Amino acid sequence: MLLEIRNLTIEAGGNRPILRDVALSVARGEVVGLVGESGSGKSTIARAVLRLLPQNAAARGQVLVEGQDVLSLDDGGLRSLRAATVSMIYQDPRSSLNPVRRIGDFLTERMVHTLGRGRKEARGRALELLAAVGMRDPELRMRQYPHELSGGMLQRVVIAAALAADPALLLADEATSALDVTTQAETLALLRGVQAERELGMLFITHDLHLAAAYCDRIYVLYAGTVVESRPASALFADPRHPYTAGLLACTPELGDPRPIKPIPGRPPSLDDAFAGCPFAPRCAHAVAACASSPPPSVAVEGGSAACHLIKEEAPAC
Amino acid sequence: MVTRVARKVAGLVATLLATSFVIFGAAYAAPGDPVTFLAGGKENLTPEYLAAIRAQYHLDDPFLVQYLRWLGDAVTGDLGRSLKYNDQVGDLLTARVPTTLGLVAYAAVLFVVFGVALGVLAAVRGGRTDAAVVAGTTFATSVPPFVAATALISLFGVQLGWFPVGGGGSLWHLTLPAITLALGALAIISRVTRQAMVEQRELDHVTVARASGLSERLIVVRHVFRGALGPIVTMCGLVTAGLLAGTVTVESAFQLSGVGTLLVGAINTHDFPVTQAVLLLMVTAYIAVTTLVELVQPLIDPRARSRS
Ligand SMILES: Nc1ncnc2c1ncn2[C@@H]1O[C@H](COP(=O)(O)OP(=O)(O)OP(=O)(O)O)[C@@H](O)[C@H]1O
Ligand SMILES: [Mg+2]
Repeated sequence: MLLEIRNLTIEAGGNRPILRDVALSVARGEVVGLVGESGSGKSTIARAVLRLLPQNAAARGQVLVEGQDVLSLDDGGLRSLRAATVSMIYQDPRSSLNPVRRIGDFLTERMVHTLGRGRKEARGRALELLAAVGMRDPELRMRQYPHELSGGMLQRVVIAAALAADPALLLADEATSALDVTTQAETLALLRGVQAERELGMLFITHDLHLAAAYCDRIYVLYAGTVVESRPASALFADPRHPYTAGLLACTPELGDPRPIKPIPGRPPSLDDAFAGCPFAPRCAHAVAACASSPPPSVAVEGGSAACHLIKEEAPAC
Repeated sequence: MVTRVARKVAGLVATLLATSFVIFGAAYAAPGDPVTFLAGGKENLTPEYLAAIRAQYHLDDPFLVQYLRWLGDAVTGDLGRSLKYNDQVGDLLTARVPTTLGLVAYAAVLFVVFGVALGVLAAVRGGRTDAAVVAGTTFATSVPPFVAATALISLFGVQLGWFPVGGGGSLWHLTLPAITLALGALAIISRVTRQAMVEQRELDHVTVARASGLSERLIVVRHVFRGALGPIVTMCGLVTAGLLAGTVTVESAFQLSGVGTLLVGAINTHDFPVTQAVLLLMVTAYIAVTTLVELVQPLIDPRARSRS
């Protein structure tokens, strides 16, 4: 397994952990979706893979990349993991680039200073990458500053930078959320293209379950720092088992769909809300007494697992 | 770029004109009739003598005429004649400006090097180092210059004999005065450096750089410090500009004949041509330095280039 996260719990003050007992895996060549509302901990998972933990956070569990536990790596090992094995594409491309340095510096810095390539070679590779991500006039772009480029172009630059190290694992944290639809479509196609070509493992983070279902092989649905359902995309989309997943799918209207739009009532919980039982229970239409008192165990369902008391009750019937 | 510089220069000229007017006006409105001082004492006050002096110095002309005459002379390099030394003011200044400029430049090098280094140290190490830097530099700044001067003279000048205790002429002579002058700026420069670095360190792109496997040293140099450079350069420039007009105490403590002591002497003896010239010079130097700082900013931050 390329990436395997086991029982990852991250606490940083607050009444509940940011992540609780998260298990997640990504195989080589696989695109795995990670879906959840704002604040559910998606970025925290991706950052944990690079050991970028929130300040004063305590992390328990294991984050294995190619069998090595990232959380217990020494500094040298961590640097080489960050430099060569795992690359991340960030939520906001504009703030991921140093505003006072040129695009070219951003692209070559990693190759020169962490991978030890020569300046000339790095420059050539950067030009190649810019062309590969569909930037016109790469020579000019290399000399420009971030504020001279549009959001879509910056996103391409960030993707090019992520590919510069020839990583095995790509973490795409809402890589397309800030883009308009056409740019978004181009970027998605681009990512998918390089992913397939290089057989990368990709963790694709988004809050859009429909997009994830269409784009990914498998999907993890995250709620308040816990994985509530993880299944192959098609199965999850066709037959969501967790009420939260079903609720998310019902939030988006679809053409020709006679069902009314049903937003999930209530708000996503903050770090101040602690739960004795299922975190989704207060917003769940099907909640029973057990939901509020004990955390639901993860139950095997078709193709994956889901954590819900109701499914456990149904299980013997199927 | 060219129009920007031109506009800048026009602004500068206007500022200088306004300041010169204020300076001249202040001397004009100062209490006491200059004639009394010009005549050199009450016993000389015969009406004929007074009238002769008034004519010589054009003191009966209207204010505006006097100002314009003075301004015209100043522009052509004639700053008048000192009443006390009976010398050209220009000559007096040329004799003294190098000392003051040297002193300020030396002090600037010291506080930039040590202030920035201490600030970087405080930001990078944090914790106790940070607290020690704050305590140390705050103490250094709060010691009045004449006390610091006395302490430095008695320790390094008298006890150890490493440096001469007074007089100018060489870098050697200027060392203790420059240290005294720089001490006062250490706290603010190290604070600004630390603060700017801490702010930069929190930015996303620094985390991104760290996540790409860059070593911590490179992150500090290439991202954090590079990003903090704008405020640091601005503050160093402003402090240097301020020092240009604040060398009096240090000059007199170390018996340096610089512009500061010249100004104090001129004020005490009502030597108004000298007073006016020195003040004008100080304002010009201040404006020159701050303008330079402003012109350097776009080189540091490319966003400032396209904005203007
Ligand atoms: N540095 C930090 N210190 C403390 N708490 C943090 C820190 N970073 C994130 N959190 C908390 O962790 C929780 C999860 O944050 P995270 O950024 O992972 O959410 P997300 O799912 O990526 O949301 P979004 O869709 O808005 O990006 C949030 O409640 C947030 O307040
Ligand atoms: Mg996020």
